[in-house]
Amino acid sequence: MTTHAITLNVNGRQREATVPARLLLSDCLRHTLGLPGTHVGCEHGVCGACTVVMDGRAVRSCLTFAVQADGSRLTTIEGLANGAQLHPIQEAFWEEHGLQCGFCTPGMLMAAHELLSRNPDPSDDEIREAISGNLCRCTGYTYIVNAIRSAAAKLRAPAPASAA
Amino acid sequence: MSSHLETNILPPSRQRELPGQPRKWIGQSMKRVEDRRFLLGKGNYIDDHVVPHMAHAATVRSPHAHARIVSIDTTKAKALPGVIGVYTGADLATVVDPCPSFASPPVTQRAMAIDKVRHVGEVVAAIVAVDRYVAEDAAELVEVEYEVLPANVDIETSLEATGDAVIHPADRAGNKAHDESFKFGAVDEDFARADHIVKRRLRWKRSSAQAIETCGCISEYSIVDGGYTIHCNTNFSNFIPFVIAGSLRISPTVLRMQPITTGGSFGSKVFIHKIVILTSGLARLAGQPVKYIEDRLEHFTNSDSHGSDRLYDAELALAKDGTMLSLRFDVIDDYGAYLQFGVGTHGNAMAQVTGPYRIGSFGMRVRAALTNKCQQGPYRGFGSEVTNWVLERLVDAAAEELRMDPVELRLLNMIQPDQFPYMIPTGNIYDSGNFQQVYKQAAELIGLTAWRKKAADLRAQGRCVGVGLATCQERSVYGPTEWWFLNNLATPGFTLTSTPEGISLRIDPVGKIFATLHSVFIGNSPETIVTQVLAEQFTVAPSDIVVSYSDTHSGFNGVGPQGSRFTAMITGACVSASHKIQIKLKRLAGHLLEAAESDLELREGAVAVKGTDRKISIGDIAMQANFFRLNFPDKPEFDSGLETTAVYDHPISTLPHPERKHLGVFYPMVGHICHIAVVEVDPATGKVAILDYAAVHDNGTIMNPKTLGGQVLGGTANGIGTTLSEEFIYDDEGQFINPNFAEFAMPSAWEMPANLKIGHVETPSPYTEYGVKGGGEGGRLGAPSALSSAIDDALQRYGVKVQQIPVRPSTLRAMIRASGK
Repeated sequence: MTTHAITLNVNGRQREATVPARLLLSDCLRHTLGLPGTHVGCEHGVCGACTVVMDGRAVRSCLTFAVQADGSRLTTIEGLANGAQLHPIQEAFWEEHGLQCGFCTPGMLMAAHELLSRNPDPSDDEIREAISGNLCRCTGYTYIVNAIRSAAAKLRAPAPASAA
Repeated sequence: MSSHLETNILPPSRQRELPGQPRKWIGQSMKRVEDRRFLLGKGNYIDDHVVPHMAHAATVRSPHAHARIVSIDTTKAKALPGVIGVYTGADLATVVDPCPSFASPPVTQRAMAIDKVRHVGEVVAAIVAVDRYVAEDAAELVEVEYEVLPANVDIETSLEATGDAVIHPADRAGNKAHDESFKFGAVDEDFARADHIVKRRLRWKRSSAQAIETCGCISEYSIVDGGYTIHCNTNFSNFIPFVIAGSLRISPTVLRMQPITTGGSFGSKVFIHKIVILTSGLARLAGQPVKYIEDRLEHFTNSDSHGSDRLYDAELALAKDGTMLSLRFDVIDDYGAYLQFGVGTHGNAMAQVTGPYRIGSFGMRVRAALTNKCQQGPYRGFGSEVTNWVLERLVDAAAEELRMDPVELRLLNMIQPDQFPYMIPTGNIYDSGNFQQVYKQAAELIGLTAWRKKAADLRAQGRCVGVGLATCQERSVYGPTEWWFLNNLATPGFTLTSTPEGISLRIDPVGKIFATLHSVFIGNSPETIVTQVLAEQFTVAPSDIVVSYSDTHSGFNGVGPQGSRFTAMITGACVSASHKIQIKLKRLAGHLLEAAESDLELREGAVAVKGTDRKISIGDIAMQANFFRLNFPDKPEFDSGLETTAVYDHPISTLPHPERKHLGVFYPMVGHICHIAVVEVDPATGKVAILDYAAVHDNGTIMNPKTLGGQVLGGTANGIGTTLSEEFIYDDEGQFINPNFAEFAMPSAWEMPANLKIGHVETPSPYTEYGVKGGGEGGRLGAPSALSSAIDDALQRYGVKVQQIPVRPSTLRAMIRASGK
């Protein structure tokens, strides 16, 4: 099978891979590049668990071929924290109990990350809209909305929020 | 109490840690100790796990609901580069036996079909290849010839099937797998003396949990000892090895099930029997480790865990003043093509079938229909979600027919706070409760009086706004008799009576407390709860507790998280283990402090002499206990180390009556829930908007308000989906026509009420440690009833009544149009 050499910037690191044209970006991240934090829930673009940020936009990595990401800048769940120090969005999810089983969480965090990067003070309806493409079966969403609202406040605060 | 219950004698309480004492950690909204790994993308779920040299499997699935397999040609598939092996059901049967079945008599089931397929999606061949892509390519190349048989789809006509339509002709002549009738108390007499009998035909349709993670397994066969090492996201990892080993034709001593983080279960991953057996057989045949992860389509069409699918003819007998006298129903349940847990989901419902009401007797006939659909399995509620809805529908219907207020009718019949423990006609008890208080808090939380008036005003203006209320039970902490006590007395099956939970504890030389759980994580909060209980027990900081999970070789006696049992059961195990270690801590400290053990107490992370400031920290004792043996007397009770295991049995259960005059106590920690919903229906589209919603739950002593709140909210979301949108649709040929997330509509953030209010009442259990009850299922046990009631209220003008679940917009619109108004 024909393969293609691609170069990606993933979480600030330059990564190279040789992939078949049909390899999904989700599988490339998880199995080729060793970043299994991005999850696969439905593989038909509905659940949003595989959401990553590609060139500033939240995308479904299960509906994207790895070759389409050639030359792109990607942020995955593994790139959100600063080492062991949680990102304020992660902190807020922890404090507000915005996760239970954790399986949808990477996609939720990346969707929230994209929202807050373009809208630092979203209304609850804007939060709900931003995550309406991400299914969560555990939480009923209430605590996720609370977490994103809290994260927005942390990110707006003049001094950086302290880490746990 | 009715005379049929006289032999059901309650044993005394074994509660050691009394409710209502001042506590430092229990009751706090402590952040979960599980969360950092999930937030950082390091969850290590089944598909993240890598075993050296593993290959990947894909399956060929039946496109027919019911068919004979005429031939399978694997030649082309085997020739594809990268394919390691292609296997049929006959191949698999050379290394594994049929799946375990808890039904009695059993229904034969294999992980891969032989000769005949019985539902769409059943596996007929499997490919092992170098990667999943190649395996799926090869699956396309397998050629299967079928001879199509008549499909059984309808719940009632399936029972009448003959000839080629019989699904398991070798096991039974027809498609009726179970037909038993019961009377608990004077059902006939109570119906004969009733002034009013309310009768309804009620239909609860099929859906399932659909956790965002599917099921999967990695299995490795060892030629060294003939055993298997298995990673699987089952919830039952330390309870099922005996039965799994049987199917794998090995001894449990060479079966090593590894704990795996589970990405959501809600019951759906309780067992995962087919996948474990399939993957293990493939690994043995292929001669290398094999990973098999369901894709979403496979999980929809061939999981273990479709939910209840029932038709009820139900009757409630009342006196003319509204006093409820008796309940009876005839229920048929469409179990699909296999019957893994027997009619356990109906056994479960016997825990609380008469609800929060003083109903003196209960009778039922329960029939299990086999059809050409995927099998049923557990889903949040395990059958009790349906009987809650059936009873609440009857109560609403009774209120209407008797022209009584539905709230007043409920309050009139509710068990009173001074009547606990209360034994219901089936023999189960409700340990404690204050149902009236739960109702009162819910009514205040949502402003029930104001909403009822506002809804009436809006209806007068032509809008379809309604208010609905449900008062339901939430049983927790099951005993396993529910799996078999409805079986025929001549074939009771394996009459299991144990559902223990165990833990191992060790204190290291610097005083850190290591806890090893014998059950896995499924999205609940086991590590947090254990941390809170151990911090409380040892008067230490949560950061001094380290929690991990055992495999099957190091941890026995763990049944796992299901049936809202885990928090209560692991708390009991923690208390037992802590008490055992505390005895030794005091023995060692007594020697070091030259004090009598009876004068010692634990405080602030130390063992101290009561009434003095003399103390020695747990860390200092542990250092001595681990490294300085000669500082203690030369007696065995001072031997090195601080470690123990403990097993906690079900706190209070009794056997069913030998002739099933009652079923015994088996699900006695019973919470209460009151849900109140305000909805608006768009009569043109049938779409239901939730304008306001309140859910108040009483789950006994609250261990962690935040995590309990998460369970209530999440369960309510499940219940909203179950009621308004989620339905597995099979057509007349048995084709499953919406097995995907685009057409099986689970609530997104938009479908959830923006302002879902929750509240808690705490009436502690007198039987569990600290008085905790389970709280993992209540939302789904209450929401369908409250929403159904609210929709009825909103659609008064049309006379539309919700008599089936779900009522998807198209269903409701059709009902509105059929009303002719």
